[in-house]
Amino acid sequence: MLEIKCPWCGARTQTEFTYAGDATLDRPDAETGSEEDWYEYVYLRDNPRGAHDELWQHSAGCRRYVKVRRDVTTHEIIATGAPGAKLDGGGS
Amino acid sequence: MTKYSIFSLARNALTEHRNWTEAWRSPDPKPAYDVIIIGAGGHGLGTAYYLARNHGITNVAVLEKGYLGGGNTGRNTTIVRANYLLEGNEHFYEHSLKLWEGMSQDLNFNVMFSQRGVINLAHSDPQVDAFQRRGNAMILNGSDAVFLNRAEVQARAPLLDCSDGARYPIKGGLLQPRAGTARHDAVAWGYARAADAAGVDIIQNCEVTGIDIEGGRVTSVQTTRGAIKAGKVGTAVAGHTGHVAAMAGLRLPIESHVLQAMVSEPVKPCLDTVITSGAVHCYISQSDKGELVMGGDLDFYNSYAQRGNFPSIEDVVASVISMFPAFGRLRLMRTWGGVMDMSMDGSPIISKTPIDGFYVNGGWCYGGFKATPGSAWVYAHTIAEDRPHALNECFHLSRFARGYTIDEHGSGPTPGAH
Ligand SMILES: Cc1cc2nc3c(=O)[nH]c(=O)nc-3n(C[C@H](O)[C@H](O)[C@H](O)COP(=O)(O)OP(=O)(O)OC[C@H]3O[C@@H](n4cnc5c(N)ncnc54)[C@H](O)[C@@H]3O)c2cc1C
Ligand SMILES: [Zn+2]
Repeated sequence: MLEIKCPWCGARTQTEFTYAGDATLDRPDAETGSEEDWYEYVYLRDNPRGAHDELWQHSAGCRRYVKVRRDVTTHEIIATGAPGAKLDGGGS
Repeated sequence: MTKYSIFSLARNALTEHRNWTEAWRSPDPKPAYDVIIIGAGGHGLGTAYYLARNHGITNVAVLEKGYLGGGNTGRNTTIVRANYLLEGNEHFYEHSLKLWEGMSQDLNFNVMFSQRGVINLAHSDPQVDAFQRRGNAMILNGSDAVFLNRAEVQARAPLLDCSDGARYPIKGGLLQPRAGTARHDAVAWGYARAADAAGVDIIQNCEVTGIDIEGGRVTSVQTTRGAIKAGKVGTAVAGHTGHVAAMAGLRLPIESHVLQAMVSEPVKPCLDTVITSGAVHCYISQSDKGELVMGGDLDFYNSYAQRGNFPSIEDVVASVISMFPAFGRLRLMRTWGGVMDMSMDGSPIISKTPIDGFYVNGGWCYGGFKATPGSAWVYAHTIAEDRPHALNECFHLSRFARGYTIDEHGSGPTPGAH
């Protein structure tokens, strides 16, 4: 069982959260984004084997999004923070 | 290659089975090959076999970082079916199903393909309509399908709770009679043995760590056993597709997730077909050893670990017990996980890439075992001819950018949702 530290509620088990995927994507600007930009944003992923920054929604708690840096080869949670936070550790 | 037969069995019985020859060699890598396949699962080994058998290309190596068949090929719940709605999918999987029907003979290796039928349960009236439509589409596409009403489902699966009080009401089911299960390891072993006999070098404990490209063309791979030159390189690394393609500088519409499966303690025969439910999301069959083989959802987060977490196990077991209350008395014997290559539309990618001589086979999601022979067949064609086979044109990497995704479930670009 993963234990995720919500910056607002504290450490909670993974079952309180809903996974929302890769946190490194930049949504293209609606006016200026090209088709290529949208293709990359919607479909392409780095999918690294190592530290991965991702979003989890604390859906059974405060319902806010939490940014999590997790090693996807060991499932170790390296750091958590607010969605806009810059996380440290894990070599990525 | 010693041909396996009743006679070779009898002959070897006389010497207490001590003198069987090795099923395949363990050669050292040569400095160069015409084609290198990365990954010795069913898809990689099968591709090497069909490169030799269908295209006469035998200067081929299959490089495997661990032992052959140790990836998802040896970890899956072995369901083989071709019950898809969409055009491209159904033609491809039906071709694959036909190859399954001849595989043991073709490879001279018993892969124990058992056409015990796969029933996809309908739990609501709209599902009944949708399944009848899918069944009709399958028949129009040359495959087989039979819609069963509730009583017919009950007759085929007596322990399934089809009562009015069932937690998940059973309204009927879409049966594919020619679908079934196979012995997963035997598929890897059978293709390995046949490919080896055709001259293919299978090199285990050899991890690819880099892919060299010069002037837009692949030239060699770096491995833990040194550099090896190659005219063409194809990946068949399932859950590792993302980071292996990254070695060639490609970003793909794929995420790696962990999927778990589990077996109960072995019991006497009590389920002689395969029961699947998309709505509850679990699938169950009984192995020849008597274990009930079960699987369900992903763990729903990116993972390259071959193990998962308890909430998903609990979810699968709860689903199975609510459908088969009697199974609540069994103990769980073993659980394990595999790294899944979840694509953005739920369909595979078998394709050329923007790099000359570099090919990708991945994005198999929950269902790449059944695809093994079909995938290997068309991938070998794609590599040999440097253009897709008619059956995998639709699985081209460019389909996402062009808007031609093949999204069987209509669930959109969320890999975990397929
Ligand atoms: C729990 C579970 C249940 C499943 N159930 C079903 C099912 O019922 N029906 C179905 O059709 N499908 C099912 N699947 C999916 C199916 O198992 C896979 O899609 C299929 O087996 C993939 O075969 P493959 O040959 O592509 O990959 P694999 O068998 O995984 O082979 C890939 C190989 O590549 C090797 N490799 C990786 N990286 C490198 C590298 N850098 N260098 C060298 N080698 C490398 C790996 O070690 C591995 O042996 C299931 C999967 C899982 C995990
Ligand atoms: Zn919270």
